[in-house]
Amino acid sequence: MTIEFRGVTKRYPDGTVAVNDLNLTVEDGTITVFVGPSGCGKTTSLRMINRMVEPTSGSVLLDGKDVSDGDPALLRRGIGYVIQHAGLFPHRTVLDNVATVPLLSGWDKGKARKRAAELLETVGLPSELGKRYPAQLSGGQQQRVGVARALAADSPVLLMDEPFSAVDPIVREELQDELLRLQSQLGKTIVFVTHDIDEAVRLGDKIAVLRVGGVLAQYGTPSDVLRHPVDDFVASFVGKDRGYRGLSFLSADGIVVEDVERVEVGEPSPGPSGEWRVAVNAGGQPRGWLRPGSTVDGALTESDLVAGGSLYVQGTPVRGALDAALSSPASLGVVVDADHKVLGVVRAKQVLEVIEALPLGS
Amino acid sequence: MGDFFAELGRYLGSANNRSQFFGDLLDHIYLSLVPLVLGLVIAVLAGWLGHRFAPVRSVLLVVSNLLYTIPSLALFVVIPGIIGSKILDSGNVIVALTVYTSALLVRPVLDALDAVPPHVVAAATAVGYKPTRKFLTVELPLSVPVLAAGVRVASVSNISLVSVGALIGTGGLGVLFTDGFQREYFSPIVVGIVATLLLALIVDLVLVRLRKLLTPWDRVATTAGAK
Repeated sequence: MTIEFRGVTKRYPDGTVAVNDLNLTVEDGTITVFVGPSGCGKTTSLRMINRMVEPTSGSVLLDGKDVSDGDPALLRRGIGYVIQHAGLFPHRTVLDNVATVPLLSGWDKGKARKRAAELLETVGLPSELGKRYPAQLSGGQQQRVGVARALAADSPVLLMDEPFSAVDPIVREELQDELLRLQSQLGKTIVFVTHDIDEAVRLGDKIAVLRVGGVLAQYGTPSDVLRHPVDDFVASFVGKDRGYRGLSFLSADGIVVEDVERVEVGEPSPGPSGEWRVAVNAGGQPRGWLRPGSTVDGALTESDLVAGGSLYVQGTPVRGALDAALSSPASLGVVVDADHKVLGVVRAKQVLEVIEALPLGS
Repeated sequence: MGDFFAELGRYLGSANNRSQFFGDLLDHIYLSLVPLVLGLVIAVLAGWLGHRFAPVRSVLLVVSNLLYTIPSLALFVVIPGIIGSKILDSGNVIVALTVYTSALLVRPVLDALDAVPPHVVAAATAVGYKPTRKFLTVELPLSVPVLAAGVRVASVSNISLVSVGALIGTGGLGVLFTDGFQREYFSPIVVGIVATLLLALIVDLVLVRLRKLLTPWDRVATTAGAK
């Protein structure tokens, strides 16, 4: 389903303009991220899609149909909405929270709960959590329930208003991965609001950067916005690291993986060596590094090792390869395959040569 | 002191006195709890309007404060003139106490509705609740913890005010006071005071229990904490 903003303006009675002449089309089946500093009207724009905010002028169209026709409550039941802090109903069990929209739409209780139980599974929550109250769940679990509740609407459109901003960075990353996984199965049209450019780049098929006063500054793919910011505002908003972030969109095809000497944890002591050696387990997966010149008495154990850096999964963008090289104690980035088996190593210098050889600005 | 207890024993020993006492007690319960329920319903309706419309809210707060300052005896006497009931009608007490209860509860209702987290209310709107259903099934149940404190105060206030009604002859445990004073007989007064206190205590315990039953979710919130 496409969502079209046509000359949409929201002006409050005190004269504040939250959104100024917004023209934008969200394409079917994509994740579009509205990003910008506070006061840029991103949440207001989102809320005009399900009429929690009514535009002062202009119109919002869903598949060409003006949303202002008809009952707003019925419109909202057909649009999934995930709110900041999950916004779960504290007085209802998790299952009943998820069943909210089916129940509002007049399903019988048994059928609605059955559907809710399926959705808990879809968002990766064990079904026994269904009987609990939201306060008994962690922040990350609550947010998953929020997503399940929005999916219960079974609508092609999902609106997400800073849904992951209140959870810690590790859980946030998990939730982002989960969203991408769900999206690959469901193919919904998702509008996602955040103030975090990293989150926008990670999740968005397209990014709309808004500036204070509700003006659309730039609308394009993440790599477009990072590599060709239209003006100083966008350039400063996407941040100083944008050159590095842009590497997330470059393929690492030219990278040559060098061989590296390996030692296996649990095997009898390897002899001395002047080189860094990668320690692997029996499955060939990296466990750490063995320092040059270090001697091991008896079998090699994990306590003999230096912790490794990040791993570069072959075939992923070049950013991971550079990070693996820079974070490795041996200055050698460990390259692994999809099963995390060690393939070899890369050096930062070599990764940079590949980056320089790429046709930047394309 | 011994005389006093002997007298009290004689008073309570009389079947006649006992049946009068239980009659007064039932009247008292009826006269204090019916207005509590009616007043709560009115306060919730008024609070709903006040919560939605800011101008209504300011008017409500001023009017409820004024109403509560009217002396109870004056209200008991004036009400028959307004609603056309007889001066000794117990309906006067019901109407008067309903006025007090709703006046007393308007502010707690508003506070309780304000205490419902805005993102939960926004979520209710976003998933497609219509305003009335949202109020009855989301905002009102979530306001119970704050509202319950107000209802407990109102119940005690009512139980104490019903006694005043005895001065205009409308029944309740206050009859024991007027009776006792007129006959300079202290036993019924003591029995009346003790019974009023016990009644207030028991009603309060029932309300605490009721609040717990209505908010099973609130207890888990305090025990689960952040994980």
